[in-house]
Amino acid sequence: MRDLIEAYRKTFGTEVAALLGFLLVVLVVFGLTAPRFLSSANFGSMAFQLPELGLLTLAMLAPIISGGLNLAVIYTANMAGLTLAWVLLQFGGVDAGPGAFLLGVAAALAVGATAGAIMGLVIAYIGAHPILVSLAMMIFLRGLGEFLTRGGDISGFPTFLAPIGHGSVLGVPVPMLIFLAAAAIWHVVLSRTRHGFSVYMIGSNIRAAEYSGIHTKRTLTLIYTLSGMLCAVAGILMLTRFNSVRVGHGEALLLITVLACFLGGVDPFGGFGKVVPVVLALMILQVLSSGLNLLGANQHLSTAVWGLFLIGVMVLRWVGARLSQMRKRKEG
Amino acid sequence: MRDFLRSYPTEARLLVVLVALCAGLGIASDQFLTLGNFASLLNNNSVNVIWAVGLLVVLIAGGIDISFAVAASVVQYVCVYAFAALGGGNWAIGFLVAGGLGIGLGFVNAALIYGFRIISIVITIATFNAFFGLLMFLTKGRFLYDMPEWWVDRILVFERQMADGSWVELTLPVAVMAGCVAATWALVNHTTTGRQLYAFGDNPEGAKRAGVNIAAMQFIAFGWMGMMAGIGGLMQVNIVKEVVPNALIGRELDVLAAVVLGGARLGGGRGSVLGCVLGVALVAITQNGLNLLGVSPYAFKMIVGATILIAISTSNMALVPRRSGKGQHHA
Repeated sequence: MRDLIEAYRKTFGTEVAALLGFLLVVLVVFGLTAPRFLSSANFGSMAFQLPELGLLTLAMLAPIISGGLNLAVIYTANMAGLTLAWVLLQFGGVDAGPGAFLLGVAAALAVGATAGAIMGLVIAYIGAHPILVSLAMMIFLRGLGEFLTRGGDISGFPTFLAPIGHGSVLGVPVPMLIFLAAAAIWHVVLSRTRHGFSVYMIGSNIRAAEYSGIHTKRTLTLIYTLSGMLCAVAGILMLTRFNSVRVGHGEALLLITVLACFLGGVDPFGGFGKVVPVVLALMILQVLSSGLNLLGANQHLSTAVWGLFLIGVMVLRWVGARLSQMRKRKEG
Repeated sequence: MRDFLRSYPTEARLLVVLVALCAGLGIASDQFLTLGNFASLLNNNSVNVIWAVGLLVVLIAGGIDISFAVAASVVQYVCVYAFAALGGGNWAIGFLVAGGLGIGLGFVNAALIYGFRIISIVITIATFNAFFGLLMFLTKGRFLYDMPEWWVDRILVFERQMADGSWVELTLPVAVMAGCVAATWALVNHTTTGRQLYAFGDNPEGAKRAGVNIAAMQFIAFGWMGMMAGIGGLMQVNIVKEVVPNALIGRELDVLAAVVLGGARLGGGRGSVLGCVLGVALVAITQNGLNLLGVSPYAFKMIVGATILIAISTSNMALVPRRSGKGQHHA
């Protein structure tokens, strides 16, 4: 039994039970108070809304675990979406074929990876602080995007893209499937691969990691490159969801992605954090916002509640740490 | 001079870059090196500098504040109603109310950070969302134009007619900016509290053992930031003559970039008022120069972002020999 608990902890972390409890509480509270909350329509719409924020949060996760931050996630996604849009428009916009779409997706992923790789290289080889580097990249990409689009929308894409943003397979929305697949891959990469191990080691103590023979510079570059690629996936998804691309779309999500990571128990100093609790945190945020929405509040109140919720969770964690400390002292 | 170069390498490098930039722009555009352009630069960037010196104090103390621009919006909105309730108010009341409200919001951050030992980035991202969400929810995003006369009156602290008949004018926010810069300079360089802020930022545990009051440090740093946020918000209204609840959101990251560019270290213990002002100046002058050279306004941010990226890459390169461990490994 103890082994089982230990194995469970190793895979999911200690946060999962508490977060599941929270999720259950908010589900019950809204189920009782909000009309139509426990309807399949509501769960359907939640499942369509979550993936966008979810993919961007996953892109934020690995940089935070490595002790950094990627503030350029939104505009990397925008630029990738813009790249796909540009390729589609080169092949006739509405009349573009699947081949053009695949080419566009490849180009979008390449753009996302490039933006990430540049950040990673500067962070790894020059030793600049990730916040500053990604901030500069964010300002640059925002400017580049506004320069290219003149602040306008780009639309007119082939109709076969609609199922990616709006379709369902066996009742599960396609965006949700994409998000779950990305989360599963991320979980495996972080917990089962060499690269994932290096990410945690770098986040805990970069110098110790380097002296233990981990190629920290290559790992850092890869972390931000992968983060950029995941942003590109989010950007492609946003294009298909809204059937248009605008630079600045999703801007308000930037700090929410960081909030979701912290809520999911990721250590702000780096070194600790897992995919599963972060996914649960995302679900809690989505349920809070959809529930409040059904109760007649707008997105702004949800934003406020998200902020207050994070403070509440952090305070509870502090109380929990205190209690376990006291218990240890008593036992000792 | 040599001492300056040695103790302030980032500031010195930034100064060289700025002088070169100014010289280049002076040659490329005959409008750049004029008193009028200089005055408009000051007028347009006073609020950013006020916020920047506030943020500097938090960064020196080893923290970070994402919430200050939103706090400034909250202060602006509350001020409109507070002044109406106080029978119109005047500048003295204005500074007291705006500064006081700002300090209060800063104390909220400090209390949470100190009380529950939570890192400042987590708390200020949470309060950023809480403040902004509540502000937008309670105000329904309404713009306010009905401000007391004294608040939105253009007050000139300096004016002079040039040979060609144009006026060079400096407005009240520039004077306030000068006051804030001077006050922050005095705080960090000439008070015991200032030295303690550096010590605390550099090594919190060490400072604690040396007898520094940790709680006081957090409250002073975030209170100072809050006060500057409030005063900056007050000045912003004086300039734009309206209160728009979501107008300032996003500015926090631009200011942060400028301050860190000016040599303040994320992680605490390093940074100077001079560097902070130079950081804001570099971004502002780049933008101003592009404008005068007739570059499309859409390209501004792109070039500013690229400038910051290049500046970070080059400024840290020269610092490599100074660093121990990792730096030496590859030097």
